Amino acid sequence: LANVKMSMNPFCEIAVEEAVRLKEKGVATEIVAVTVGPTAAQEQLRTALALGADRAVLIESNDELNSLAIAKLLKAVVDKEQPQLVILGKQAIDSDNNQTGQMLAALSGYAQGTFASEVTVEGDRVKVTREIDGGLQTVDLKLPAIVTTDLRLNEPRYASLPNIMKAKKKPLETLKPEELGVSTASTLSTVKVEAPAARSAGIKVKTVDELVDKLKNEAKVI
Amino acid sequence: MTILVIAEHNNAELNAATLNTVAAAQAIGGDIEVLVAGAGCGAVAEAAAKIAGVSKELVADNAAYANLLPENVSLLIAEIGKGYSHILAPASTNGKNYLPRVAALLDVDQISEIISVESPDTFKRPIYAGNAIATVKSDAAVKVITVRATGFDAVAAEGGSAAIEAVASAQDAGISAFVGEELAKSDRPELAGAKIVVSGGRGMQNGDNFQLLYSLADKLGAAVGASRAAVDAGFVPNDMQVGQTGKIVAPQLYIAVGISGAIQHLAGMKDSKVIVAINKDEEAPIFQVADYGLVADLFEAVPELTGKL
Repeated sequence: LANVKMSMNPFCEIAVEEAVRLKEKGVATEIVAVTVGPTAAQEQLRTALALGADRAVLIESNDELNSLAIAKLLKAVVDKEQPQLVILGKQAIDSDNNQTGQMLAALSGYAQGTFASEVTVEGDRVKVTREIDGGLQTVDLKLPAIVTTDLRLNEPRYASLPNIMKAKKKPLETLKPEELGVSTASTLSTVKVEAPAARSAGIKVKTVDELVDKLKNEAKVI
Repeated sequence: MTILVIAEHNNAELNAATLNTVAAAQAIGGDIEVLVAGAGCGAVAEAAAKIAGVSKELVADNAAYANLLPENVSLLIAEIGKGYSHILAPASTNGKNYLPRVAALLDVDQISEIISVESPDTFKRPIYAGNAIATVKSDAAVKVITVRATGFDAVAAEGGSAAIEAVASAQDAGISAFVGEELAKSDRPELAGAKIVVSGGRGMQNGDNFQLLYSLADKLGAAVGASRAAVDAGFVPNDMQVGQTGKIVAPQLYIAVGISGAIQHLAGMKDSKVIVAINKDEEAPIFQVADYGLVADLFEAVPELTGKL
């Protein structure tokens, strides 16, 4: 991943946006943005601060960590900060794991509203509408709870230049996994990464007749 | 070595993805047991006992498991799952919801959406929206895995005769409740299991124009899918979305109509056997993966195609 442009995971942008909207509605009082990664990940936290987060926590680690280790580190921060609602993206578009939120919920003993397309906090409970295979499902969860965002939850805003400047002054705390007393050892290792099998080049047909003929007689799929 | 497969169902019918997951378990090798958790799921339990290659079936029929709420069902699976070498579930929205929770309760990493089994501890899975395939090895005592259904050919739904054992456990964490659901109704085949899929994108221009695709799909006995652009524009509901964040399909024939072919979309369909693209932009990336491309106005080409089938 040398020389590749990095940015905040799209599902995480949606998570930050939802937190900011909850604060704007007067439901949330403070937003803490947290990430785990190398020093350079500060940049992503500054983005979250520019979007409306109040302060940030970086758990600094240069190791490539699996979801369980990240969930354990986040659990340590949750224990410390005692938030009522933790919002995560449903999956990171690099590892495509879709695990961290669920694991954090399990470790904390909290309820989970995954793949959320609507979140409504009512007193000490939160209603979450979830995108499921056949349509939508609504669940009612006791707070504190974990929510993971799906694409249609909201349309994230852009950070304005004045807010980017202000974000530089907001507090950003740095912690180490050892300070949190969390072991990040993993039972999972990547043996190799390879390119997927390439599809052989296809052909362009000129007419619908030719297409129907090819599908019937060459590909034999209809 | 005994493998536990968690059955996917809606309390009335067994979901076909369960059969692909049993196939993945067979590729690992060992005794295969199936867990059916639900409420009033007797019919599903009967169906699951007939799956070929399953030696035993555990049935946890309890109100706490009615809608597979992850807070409850993960406690159940973690409780009975400890003695197994592998715990497998389909990578459906249900499996993705409860299984990482089970893994965390068992203090092991989860391996998401495997597409092949290299050995009992080594698996292949796609990363970066399917642009790379990672081979991962797990040393965990219990390997917790979700299975991408399109990566494995389904085992036979009939022919087995598993011994049924009732599980008395009633784990209710008491922190979540099911409120309701809105399921999209469709008479066409289910997207994930269809042999032919016809999908529309932004080029369809509006929801009414999807009628063109429904007519074509009905001629072919196909399911209808959509790109994220078509879903976000409100043309069709989100459960029709094919792609990295929607459904992953691998039909015999995939017809992409008015879809440019962004990598997030390709991640959901590029393992289809034959891909056809109909698009008026001959530079559209979809033509790079299409076996047969037709550069044409879809509003002329699709009705003509429907007429000639």
